Parts: sequence; C-alpha cells; structure tokens
Amino acid sequence: MLEEVFRDEWGRVLASLVGFLGDFDKAEEAAQEAFAIAAERWPTSGVPANPGAWLVTTARNRAIDRIRRERTLSEKIHLLPVAMPIMDEFDDTVIKDERLELIFTCCHPALPLEGQVALTLRALGGLDTADIARAFLVSEETMKRRLSRAKAKIKATGIPFAVPDEHRLPDRLDAVLAVVYLIFNEGYSGRVDLGAEAIRLGRLLAALMPDEPEPHGLLALMMIHHARRRARFSGEDLVLLDDQDRSLWDTPQIAAGRAELDRAIAMGGRGAYVVQAVIASLQTRERIDWPQIAEMYQRLVDLTGSPVVELNRAVAVAQAGNPAAALRAVDRLDLDDYLYFHSTRGELLRRLDREHEAKAAYRRALDLARSAPERRFLTRRLEQL
Amino acid sequence: MQYALAIYIEPGYEEALSDAERDTMYAEFFTLGEDPRVIGGARLQPVETATSVRVDGGRTLVTDGPFADTKEVLGGFALVEAANLDEVIEFAARVPPARLGGVVEIRPVMQR
Repeated sequence: MLEEVFRDEWGRVLASLVGFLGDFDKAEEAAQEAFAIAAERWPTSGVPANPGAWLVTTARNRAIDRIRRERTLSEKIHLLPVAMPIMDEFDDTVIKDERLELIFTCCHPALPLEGQVALTLRALGGLDTADIARAFLVSEETMKRRLSRAKAKIKATGIPFAVPDEHRLPDRLDAVLAVVYLIFNEGYSGRVDLGAEAIRLGRLLAALMPDEPEPHGLLALMMIHHARRRARFSGEDLVLLDDQDRSLWDTPQIAAGRAELDRAIAMGGRGAYVVQAVIASLQTRERIDWPQIAEMYQRLVDLTGSPVVELNRAVAVAQAGNPAAALRAVDRLDLDDYLYFHSTRGELLRRLDREHEAKAAYRRALDLARSAPERRFLTRRLEQL
Repeated sequence: MQYALAIYIEPGYEEALSDAERDTMYAEFFTLGEDPRVIGGARLQPVETATSVRVDGGRTLVTDGPFADTKEVLGGFALVEAANLDEVIEFAARVPPARLGGVVEIRPVMQR
C-alpha cells in the first residue's frame, strides 16, 4: 500500500524539488530523506490527507536545513537569499505539478540516449538504480555511472528545467516520445516489465499534455501492443499474429487503447505514433483489412522515410494477396544486415514456390539471429521447406 | 593580425602529471594569460559535457558528444553568453556551417 503511494508520488515530489532546488542530486537526496521519514511515521500515524504535499514540504524543509548547515560549516553564516515559507497546511494547490518540466529535462537530446532512458525511469517512474540496472542487463555500478553522468551533464551544460517554448516543442516532444517508446520496446524482449512502466509514463505524458495528439497516439499504440503480449509467446517461442490465440488478448486494454486512439484522431493527430496505433488497432480486428494496413504503412513511409517501415508495408501487401509485388518492393531495400529483411524475403519466396531461394534467405536470417527464440523459429521454418 | 589558437589535449593529461609538474603548468598558463597579446580565452569543461549541433533541412539536430569526424576542420570559434543550453543551441543552429555540412560543438566554459 505504502509502496504504491510512494511510486505514485515520487515523480511529483522529485519534480517539485528539482524546480525548487535547481539541482538534481540535492533534490533526489531530499526526496529520499522525506520518503524515509514517511516510511517510518506513516505506518503508525497514518497516511496524511495529501501525501504529495506532505512529502514535498518535508523534503524542502530538510533541504533548507542542510543548505543552512553546510553554509554554517563553511563559516558563511547568512540566511538563504529568499525567505522560505514553511507550510503547515498541506494544500494541493501550493504544490505545482512540474513533472512535465522534469520529463523534458530528462529527455533532453544533448544527453546520451541511454542516459535519457535511465534518468526518465529513475526520476518519473520511481524505479531505483538496481531495478533499472536489472531491466537493462547491466551491473548496478554501470547504471549508477550512467545516471550520474547524465545528471552531471545537466548541471554542467545548463540544461533548463522547463517545458520548451512553442517553436522548440515539436522536436523536443519527439525526443520524449522516442524515449518512452524505447522503454516500451525494451520491455518487449521480456525482462522486468518495462512495457507496463512505459505505459505508465505514456499515460502521465498524455495527461500532462492533453491537447497534443501524439502522446495519446503513443499511449494507444503501447496499450494495444501490450494487450497482446501473452499471445506473442508460447513458452519461449515467438507466435506470429496469424497464429496467436486471441483469447489470451487483454480485450479491455485493447478497448482502452482504441479510446485513446480515437481521442488522438479527433484532435487531428496524423503523426507517426497515431498512424502506428491505427495499424496496431486494425491488426486486432476480427477480419484484418490488409489493404488498409498497407495504405497506413505507406503513410508511415511518407512520414519517416524508413526502409524498415517499407519492409512492413511489403508484408502487408503480401498479406493482402500480392506476394509478388511485395517481393519486388522488398528487393529494392538496402537492409542486408537486418534479420527481418531476410526472413521476410524467405517467407515471400516460399509463398511464390521459389523454395531454393527461400532456403538461402532463411539461412542468411539465421546467421543474423541472436536470441534463442528467433533461432528456433527460423530453424523450424527452414525445416518446413 | 589576430590569431585563434585551438588547443587540443589528451583527455586526462593533467592527472598524469605530478603535483609539481601540474603547478608548473598552471603557472605557465597564468603567465600566458597575462600576456598583453592575449585578447581572450577560456578553459573548457571536459569532453563529456560536449553537445553537437547540425541543421538538416531546417531541422536542428542535437546530439550528445563531441564533434568526431576527420573530414571537417576547425573553422572558427565564438564565446557566447546564454541563459541555458537551449538558448545556446538555438544560437549554434544559426551559425551557417551548421547547415552547410559542418557541425557546431558546444562546450561550457570552466568557471574561474
């Protein structure tokens, strides 16, 4: 119970403290101190009516005390330049929600991408360093370094704690969405449930930016994908969409995802995440409309110019009944180092009864496969030829 | 004539020096800094604080890390006062080479 409250409040409390203290490390230290006091007191005294405000106030007072102590120690005895109000009424209105500022700071493109990811999970997800390290299969020491390097760069280079101005917002929002989606896709490889974590972040972002369609699109995309996670694997093995047991799908989550998508579209959203969510949604229909999916992929190609998206468009074209056209499109792509390029070619050649070439393509895919489930899947495909 | 001196270092070279050697080096820097021929200059923060800016098709691309290509050469430098990194990124993006195939690397200056 208490843990739940802590996780919910962490981001808000930390954001408020970073805003107040202007220093990530000091804010984290103060927040941790306040949470420790709460963990000690709340079980006996009860959870205060407004736990967030209690935590922020306690943390602020502790931070002020510490700053004063440090100043005294260094014999620079003067009070803080601004008189700090000591709040005794824990009113929600006095604590401004600064989580959006925090998100934009954590996902600043001047930070290394892995630092952005780790910092976002730490600061807004409330995950501790050990959890994040486990999720990314690195040592706790490595993760600690990654986090402190990111924080050091924020401080040294003057990355602002602010929501970017309107003219900077589109680019910066793209960076934030990319970080959240990256976290989501990490979760897909089946470790700590980063998928659920990314959805939490997506929900937060959509709530904090209610008028921006793309956060809603991303949230919809993640929810619809996440709803199918149990059907995507049979034991350790990957199951293709066609063969998935639909009774394993989380249908309420799909419905919730579609509702988010409707909201995004109603706002005029036509960006890359909205289009991907449309595709994901179409793929969960009883009868899948592949020609329409191919059309959506074409839009996505126009938006992103990505050859990987082009590859997916070709798959949809094949599913719509035209493997020959799909193969022609695939053969135009320059993706020789990409596993799915070769496995897709293998599948298309198989459908066109060009068995010999299909085998060669699957073998090339197998050479590139690194995970055990991928290798097993491709080996099975080869044997079936 | 005015000349710009671009000072390249091996990261961490200072730590490799003994205390005495380091003191000598600081004294040398100080002496040079006092030379009336020096118009300005600054010591930069470590390379970990570097941010690179380029402009492609009107879009400002910001990446972590120093400029690291062998094709381009140092073409100039500017010392800029800005409120924060976003402001200086915007300034950097307006430097013409940023959109003409070059890169502007931003490094905060060491505060004295």
